[in-house]
Amino acid sequence: MSSETATIHHDDAAHGEHEGMTKKRILNVFYILLGITAVEFFVALVIAPKHPGALWINPIYIVLTLVKAFYIIAYFMHLKFEKMGLIMAIVLPVLFIIGLILVLTNESHYWIELRRALSSLL
Amino acid sequence: MSTVVTQQVDEVKSTPWSGGRSPFNVEYGKMMMWFFLLSDAFTFSSLLISYGALRFSAPVWPTPSLVFQSVPGTSIESGAPLVFVGLMTLILILSSVTMVLAVEAGHRNAKKEVIWWMVGTIIGGVMFLSCQALEWNHLFHEGFWWSRIPDAKTLQEFFKEGVPLSQQQMSSQQFANLFFTITGFHGFHVFSGVIINIIITVNVLIGTYAKRGSYLMIEKVGLYWHFVDLVWVFVFTFFYLV
Repeated sequence: MSSETATIHHDDAAHGEHEGMTKKRILNVFYILLGITAVEFFVALVIAPKHPGALWINPIYIVLTLVKAFYIIAYFMHLKFEKMGLIMAIVLPVLFIIGLILVLTNESHYWIELRRALSSLL
Repeated sequence: MSTVVTQQVDEVKSTPWSGGRSPFNVEYGKMMMWFFLLSDAFTFSSLLISYGALRFSAPVWPTPSLVFQSVPGTSIESGAPLVFVGLMTLILILSSVTMVLAVEAGHRNAKKEVIWWMVGTIIGGVMFLSCQALEWNHLFHEGFWWSRIPDAKTLQEFFKEGVPLSQQQMSSQQFANLFFTITGFHGFHVFSGVIINIIITVNVLIGTYAKRGSYLMIEKVGLYWHFVDLVWVFVFTFFYLV
C-alpha cells in the first residue's frame, strides 16, 4: 500500500489529488477503525476489570486513539495524498498541542501539592 | 542570448512557490477549511487538556464505567457500561464512511450516488444527535447539570466505598461541568455539520455542482464532517474509557 500511495503522491500534479480513495480502500479503513474500537472495548470490559488500578491501561487507550486519528486524517480526510507542503502546514502546528499537554500536566501536579498544603492549613 | 534568458525565466516559474498557481495544489476554499479545522483542533484540545489537568489534580473522580452504565431509551438501567456510547461511536464512524463514499461518487460526477450517500450521512448525524440527547437527558434526571450534582445517596453509586462526601461532591461538579461543556461543544459541531450537509445536499439536488462541473464542495463539507468524527474519537476515549 505504501509504495502505491507514494507513486500517487509523486504523480499528483498529473493525476489531480483525487486518486487516493477507492471504495475498497474506504471499506478497509472502516474495518480498521471498527477493529480498533473493538480492541478498546475488549480492554475496557475484559482486561481492565482484572487489573484494578493498573497504570498501563490508559496508555493503551491513548495509543489506539492516536492510531484511529491517523487513519481518519490520512485516508478519510485524504491528507496523506496531498502535497507535502500542505501536510506539514497542518501537522506541524499540532505539535504545539503537545506543549500544552506538558505544561498543564506539570501544572496539575502543582495543584495537587497546593491542595494538600491548603487543606493542612485549614 | 535572448533564448537563454527565456529559459531561465521559465525555470524559475516552474517551482511550486514562484507564483501563478497554488503551491499546495488545493483549491482555496479547501485549504481554508483545513486551516479552520486546525484552529478548531486547538479549541478542542484546550478543552480536553483542561479536563485532563483538572482530573489529574483531583483526589478522586467519578468512575466512568459506573456513571455510564445504562442504555438510555431502554429499560436497561445498569450493568451495561460502554454499550450506548459504543452505539454512538458506531453511528458516527458509519456516517463518516458514507461521507467518504459521497466524496468518491462526486469525483465520478455521479449525482444520484452523491445524493444518496449524503442523505445517509445526514441520517447518521441526526441519529447521533438523538443518542446524545437521550444521554444528556439521562444524566440530567440523575441530577447532573452545569453547577448541579445529584444527592449524596446517588453520588455514592459512582465512587468506591469510603470516599469522603466533600471530595465526591467537588469532583462530581467538575465532571458535570466538563462533560456537558465538551460533549455539548462537540454536539454543536455535529449539529452545524448536519445543517451544512443538508444545505449542500439541496445544492446537489438542484444541480448547482453539476452546472459547476465539480463536486469539490462535497469534499470541503466532508473534511468538516470527518473532523467531527475525529474529535468524537478523542472525547470517547477521555470521557468513557480512561
